[in-house]
Amino acid sequence: MLNIYCPHCGEHREEDEFHYGGEAHIARPADPSAISDEEWAEYLFMRKNTRGLHHEMWYHAAGCRKFFNATRHTVTYEIQETYKVGEQPQQGGQS
Amino acid sequence: MSQKHRLQGKGRVDHSKPLSFIFNGKTYQGLSGDTIASALLANGVDVVGRSFKYSRPRGIMAAGAEEPNCILQVGSSEATMIPNIRGTQGELYDGLTAASTNGWPNVDKDIMGVMGKLGGSMMPPGFYYKTFMYPQSMWPKYEHLIRKAAGLGRVPKDKDPDTYDKLNHHCDVLVVGGGAAGLAAALSAGRRGARVILVDEQNEFGGHLLHSTQPINGQAPTQWVADAVKELQGLPDVTLLPRSTAAGYYDQNFVTVLERRTDHLGERATGKTRQRLHRIRAKRVVLAAGAHERPLVFGNNDLPGCLVASALSTYVNRYGVAPGNNLVLMTCNDYGYQAALDWLDAGRKVAAVVDSRHSPSGARYQALKARGVKIYTGHGLIEAVGKKRVSGAKVAALSSDGSQVTGAVETLSCDIIASSGGWSPVVHLTAHTGSRPVWSDEINGFVPGESVQKQLLAGGIQGTYALSKVLAEGLTAGRAAADATGYGDISAQVQDAEIKTEDPKEDAAQALFLVPHNKPVSRAPKQFVDYQNDVTAAGIELAVREGFESIEHIKRYTAMGFGTDQGKLGNINGMAIAARAMGKTIAETGTTVFRPNYTPVTFAAFAGRNAHHLFDPARFTAMHAWHVKSGAEFEDVGQWKRPWFFPKNGEDMHQAVNRECQAVRNSVGILDASTLGKIDIQGADAREFLSRIYTNAWAKLTPGNCRYGLMCKEDGMVFDDGVTACINDQHFVMTTTTGGAAGVLQWLELWHQTEWPELEVYFSSVTDHWSTMTVTGPNSRKVLEKICEDVDLSAEAFPFMGWRDATVAGVKARIFRISFTGELSFEINVQANYGLHTWEAVMEAGAEFNITPYGTESMHVLRAEKGFIIVGQDTDGSVTPFDLGMDWCVGKTKPFPFIGQRSWSRSDTARTDRKQLVGLKCKEPKTVIPEGAQIVLDPNHPVPVPMVGHVSSSYYSANLGHNIAMGVVKGGLSRMGETVYCPLADGRVLEAEITSPIFYDPKGERQHV
Repeated sequence: MLNIYCPHCGEHREEDEFHYGGEAHIARPADPSAISDEEWAEYLFMRKNTRGLHHEMWYHAAGCRKFFNATRHTVTYEIQETYKVGEQPQQGGQS
Repeated sequence: MSQKHRLQGKGRVDHSKPLSFIFNGKTYQGLSGDTIASALLANGVDVVGRSFKYSRPRGIMAAGAEEPNCILQVGSSEATMIPNIRGTQGELYDGLTAASTNGWPNVDKDIMGVMGKLGGSMMPPGFYYKTFMYPQSMWPKYEHLIRKAAGLGRVPKDKDPDTYDKLNHHCDVLVVGGGAAGLAAALSAGRRGARVILVDEQNEFGGHLLHSTQPINGQAPTQWVADAVKELQGLPDVTLLPRSTAAGYYDQNFVTVLERRTDHLGERATGKTRQRLHRIRAKRVVLAAGAHERPLVFGNNDLPGCLVASALSTYVNRYGVAPGNNLVLMTCNDYGYQAALDWLDAGRKVAAVVDSRHSPSGARYQALKARGVKIYTGHGLIEAVGKKRVSGAKVAALSSDGSQVTGAVETLSCDIIASSGGWSPVVHLTAHTGSRPVWSDEINGFVPGESVQKQLLAGGIQGTYALSKVLAEGLTAGRAAADATGYGDISAQVQDAEIKTEDPKEDAAQALFLVPHNKPVSRAPKQFVDYQNDVTAAGIELAVREGFESIEHIKRYTAMGFGTDQGKLGNINGMAIAARAMGKTIAETGTTVFRPNYTPVTFAAFAGRNAHHLFDPARFTAMHAWHVKSGAEFEDVGQWKRPWFFPKNGEDMHQAVNRECQAVRNSVGILDASTLGKIDIQGADAREFLSRIYTNAWAKLTPGNCRYGLMCKEDGMVFDDGVTACINDQHFVMTTTTGGAAGVLQWLELWHQTEWPELEVYFSSVTDHWSTMTVTGPNSRKVLEKICEDVDLSAEAFPFMGWRDATVAGVKARIFRISFTGELSFEINVQANYGLHTWEAVMEAGAEFNITPYGTESMHVLRAEKGFIIVGQDTDGSVTPFDLGMDWCVGKTKPFPFIGQRSWSRSDTARTDRKQLVGLKCKEPKTVIPEGAQIVLDPNHPVPVPMVGHVSSSYYSANLGHNIAMGVVKGGLSRMGETVYCPLADGRVLEAEITSPIFYDPKGERQHV
């Protein structure tokens, strides 16, 4: 069970309190009707499925109800950092 | 009965406290402080089980968690028994009842023994796969018999009467293992003020020191243990947990520890919980789990009377038991000699020591030689002799690398054999977190691999076996853990007194696993590697010959390490034998992975208090007590308990539902709708937000009115629906499906927080704040008028899809004119605590109209009569609003590209032959098509028949006098009037007509009156 630091609450909390939110830093196309089906499918379905450092969203469901991002190693499950939505990660490359 | 192998006055058992116990139906005597195994050995019980495959008699091999044979079902009743207790770890108490888990009908006379003796070569590895898998239909029958005959414990049949619980901890330093290294680590961390938890699986701390004879600080090692424990007990932030096994090591230093609180006192817990699962999050974990001694693999090495060498020391020195008289010891290292020294000190005879090394010279060798013991150097014990107990040992000279027999075979007379193949670090916990152990040629064992966990290692777990070094590593690790967790400032001021002990001089060990026989492995007597699963050296070699190359595949093919012991004793030997058969090194072959739990944990401990009615939280509405009093049957909807139907006078469900449905259409009914999710949405941009999230338009919804909305995921598929009311321009109240409430709130937060933070909007769950009751039916207005005086309820003043602030039965309320039945309806919402009061007032006012409470089943029928969907029943995440025929609920001119919209023009979503929601009418009016039934166009089509859809909702409608159903059918919207077929599992084929899903009041007039 992971121990996750919520950057909004400023505390480590047990994984039980959180929901996983999938890959982070996927921006919704501003004008969906202007892009092709392929581009839309890219946004909708395609994910990096990274082996290594992965930027992902978490939701503090049983806490502050805020989404935030984490840089987590998908092999070792180490969480290198957590940061607020809108901020950029310090590790694992910019997204 | 006499304890013929008991050493008078010896050991840590209390000779003045005899205990009586029953094993396999016979009564025996043991002593306070015994394990079940030590008591059995004291009584001369040689056979404690039968082997899994060959049904060979098996005796006690070891003295700890690694024991493979003495696996017991402990307890005298079905309610209190625990399966898979290792007799070497189960503590004896007066009246204990235990039975072998292996062996049917009993261990001394075993039916499977015939098969084993006949079988022998008939049962190679993969035997079960090769023999019993065909025909496949027979496997359950074979399996039943095989399991019964072999058995690895069974689930007790009765409910456990005892209480189990869980406890969460946070600590600075968790020390796993209370032997020399662990005690030293706990001392040095505790002295520096760190919050320490020390766990050990045994009844007392000390580990190997409890049977060691090597003095510490000039005194008996047990004296040092006693002093250390006393000092730890005096430290305020140190918690000592004996009888507590660290069972699993999970990410970020989360460790589960099973504490057996009363299992040593009796089979019923008195006054406290029986077992407790500690869930510990530690800043640092010091692993001091020690090492297990490996037995050597030789012919007939499973005969009762063959033990691991150090276990012999444990039984003699700690339990005062010498399970035999005349010992032959086989070793390939110096430490092994210790067992022979302890055996001599117990007054027993050592027939010979056999050492595979050609010129040993260590201190213990010299000591034994000085005492006149015959020592065969450069020799191997190649085979044990005997039937149900060792009666001799065959010995022969070996080549210097230990790979071949080079001399004549000599048979020695003896009644007990001990062997030492060296030590295997207990790396199990380190492997739980994904770290692969790595082979060390230096210590001839696997040591923990690199780990991302914040862990430190001390002692045997990293291959350090000399006591002085073990103690020093413990002190160092404890101090490092304290320094790392914020006690660095104090650290330097604390002095850890040196722990003095003198290690005997040792020579290098030889890497020996399988002692060669004068016959080849395939023809030699069985050389067992994994005792629990009867895996032999020959079996492993055969697996390699049959082409298995990965150690993980060999493991699965031979079943090595699959027992309840996870191959603690045998795995390393097996990997070494596999490596040699493949011509590789052990490092190249690698090891299989150990997984939680280290030793079996009862389900009761995992469940803790979350059992029976506390298994899952239950949610009740404010009117629940009324429903119970009125005889409602309940159904679970998420965690909610909802009335399902209200049977009267012995009605069955169908009778009750028919009555309820007719009451709603003909007079008035009432439904507890409090469980629907309710989300309060406020802010200047609330309206804009709704229009982006919902598929339909929200721009023109004025205060005092409501609107039904459909919510899609970005892939265009429907995921929730509900009615949202406009309270004012900046305030809306959304309702969601009962089960979808939490998910919808998260969905709203997701879009607001990650995509549109510039919108000023706030969400709050108010599901529990309101009690909601739907009063529905042609007489509903008349009922409500009796108890609501401040609002004009007429159709003109309060039309369909409006809402009003009102006072109902003296309580402030919001009334919504929305309808899920298609009838004139008023949904009354009051502050939750007034729910029951308002409900009772409505019931009283409705009495003259025979107001009828109805449950979720009638709710489903009534809405299906109207063709209203239930998201999650009629939809499954692959259905668009268009598939549902709900184009009317999609805004065509909304400016913002709302969620889901873009996906509808994708080629797959735009297909015209998608599965579409239609009504279905079975041609036999009284027959209800089972929900989930598949739909086909041609029942005579050869198999496989193309499926074109399935039935999603299906009921009998008392109001219509015939069945009604909804389902999805490929291109269904353009197949009106066509006939489709539902082939059922029982062979019937039902014929149904595709219709509109609106069966009742197709123009929708009744809800507008």
